[in-house]
Amino acid sequence: MVKVIKSGFYSTIQDLGRSRFQKYGVPVSGVMDFYSAKLANALLDNNESDAVLEITMTGPTLQFNCDTIMCVSGADISSILNNKPIKLNSIVNIKKDDILSFGKLKYGFRCYLAVFGGFQTEMIMNSRSMYKVITSQNVLFVNDELSISEHINSIIKSNASIKVNTAYFSSKEIKVYKGPEFDLLTKAQQQQLLSKEFTISKDNNRMAYQLVEPLKNNLKPIITSLVLPGTVQLTPSGKLIILMRDCQTTGGYPRVLQLKESSINVLSQKFTGNNIRFKIKEKNIIISTIFYMFFYISRNIKLT
Amino acid sequence: MNDFQLTYKQFGERSVLIDWSSKVDKKILEDIILFKERLEKSSIKELIEVNLAYSSMLISYKTTIDNIYDEISKLKTIYSTQNKIKKLVFRQWKIPVCYEDVFALDLEEISIKKKMSKQDIIRQHSEAIYTVFFIGFLPGFLYLGGLNSAIDFPRKQTPRLQIERGAVAIGGNQTGVYPCQSPGGWNIIGNSPINFFDISNDCPCFSKSGDKIKFYPITLKKHKDISALVKAGVYQLESEVLYG
Repeated sequence: MVKVIKSGFYSTIQDLGRSRFQKYGVPVSGVMDFYSAKLANALLDNNESDAVLEITMTGPTLQFNCDTIMCVSGADISSILNNKPIKLNSIVNIKKDDILSFGKLKYGFRCYLAVFGGFQTEMIMNSRSMYKVITSQNVLFVNDELSISEHINSIIKSNASIKVNTAYFSSKEIKVYKGPEFDLLTKAQQQQLLSKEFTISKDNNRMAYQLVEPLKNNLKPIITSLVLPGTVQLTPSGKLIILMRDCQTTGGYPRVLQLKESSINVLSQKFTGNNIRFKIKEKNIIISTIFYMFFYISRNIKLT
Repeated sequence: MNDFQLTYKQFGERSVLIDWSSKVDKKILEDIILFKERLEKSSIKELIEVNLAYSSMLISYKTTIDNIYDEISKLKTIYSTQNKIKKLVFRQWKIPVCYEDVFALDLEEISIKKKMSKQDIIRQHSEAIYTVFFIGFLPGFLYLGGLNSAIDFPRKQTPRLQIERGAVAIGGNQTGVYPCQSPGGWNIIGNSPINFFDISNDCPCFSKSGDKIKFYPITLKKHKDISALVKAGVYQLESEVLYG
């Protein structure tokens, strides 16, 4: 069991989300940054779909009521175990009554805490991801008790940690594909969208990131259609909205771009005032065709 | 078979978006539902979900699409196969709505601006038979077609921050029921005690694309009684089978 002593700014339990229920209007949800969350689980030898705690900007204070092992990945929020700093991306032994707290945000925006076997909170529609109206609560509160499995440790005596390239957190580049309505934009609009630097507005959360700079827009709303996490919508007033993991399943604004999935992870580590630049990724069809041609040629050479 | 011009586009790394001509049309809905049935019975593996909207369908795969042209040609083949599908069964659901003043926050305004009596608006709203096109916006929110144009009414300039669960509302030429508390810009004309999204069911929504909805007026007292039964999990929603 883990007891919440302080909840932090916005801490939620997340796994890889609730796919297959979008036909009922249920958001996918799940960790914002798949890369960091999967890394934390992998280091503990957990399943990649085990539930982790997603911590946003300022961390909670947690008390462990049993022995276990844990790993913290993603943003660096100066994690501290019983007044001693701990390394990111490494296995940490936990004894009963240990207290994990966080300090200053050094880089990134969302940090992931994985524990041995994952958090065992309520599972609804094949997922433990917290979301309003689906799970009984959508964020952690003081005095919450999160159930976890005990891990009798003392086996792990390792000081090793994995070094994550910090360019992952500082890169401005967001890789995108054309969205379904991209071709309705004028050449000038397309060029502006792909060359301008945009600033993340204060309206950024698990549902969507709005951008400050508008794009001159004369496109009409579309008939309500389907959207995905990573869809970039253009509103009638010219505001650009990047949908994130908790987004609705349908929308009526033109979908001008679609983020590459790995770029949703990158964006999740950004916050108000950060700058981004969209970089279009041509469909990798050409590359894969060349690859296959090369593959066949090399195979044939071997055979002959 | 209907003769529609479909467009196929890759959408992100793992999805294909198929568009019919963009309008609200029951013939398009039928065509989409048939295509979806064929897909779900087909041998395309690695398919996570097929999801629909008014005139589009989104097919999501487990893994990255390697060759979009291959996938599209597979989908086109499935679309054009004529193999008979077992007759699809749809239902018409009877949904109780209390249109009394305590709930009908915007009925007065519509009545004044439309120069129609409240009774007329209620009659028009509850006489029509609506088609469920798809579920979106909120978990369990049904997009319904078939609102009588006599009672369409523009969305509010400024959305309300909180609309109560069960609110029955009109937004432009659409009508719908808010399945949970939510901000929203539609005009509220009543409230239904029915649960439109029940997480305790394997299938959290009772209706699906192609079903019909018929609203009928109830008193405030009846609303309270049904709410109690719904809460206790013993309310039986009335419905009849329709053959598509």
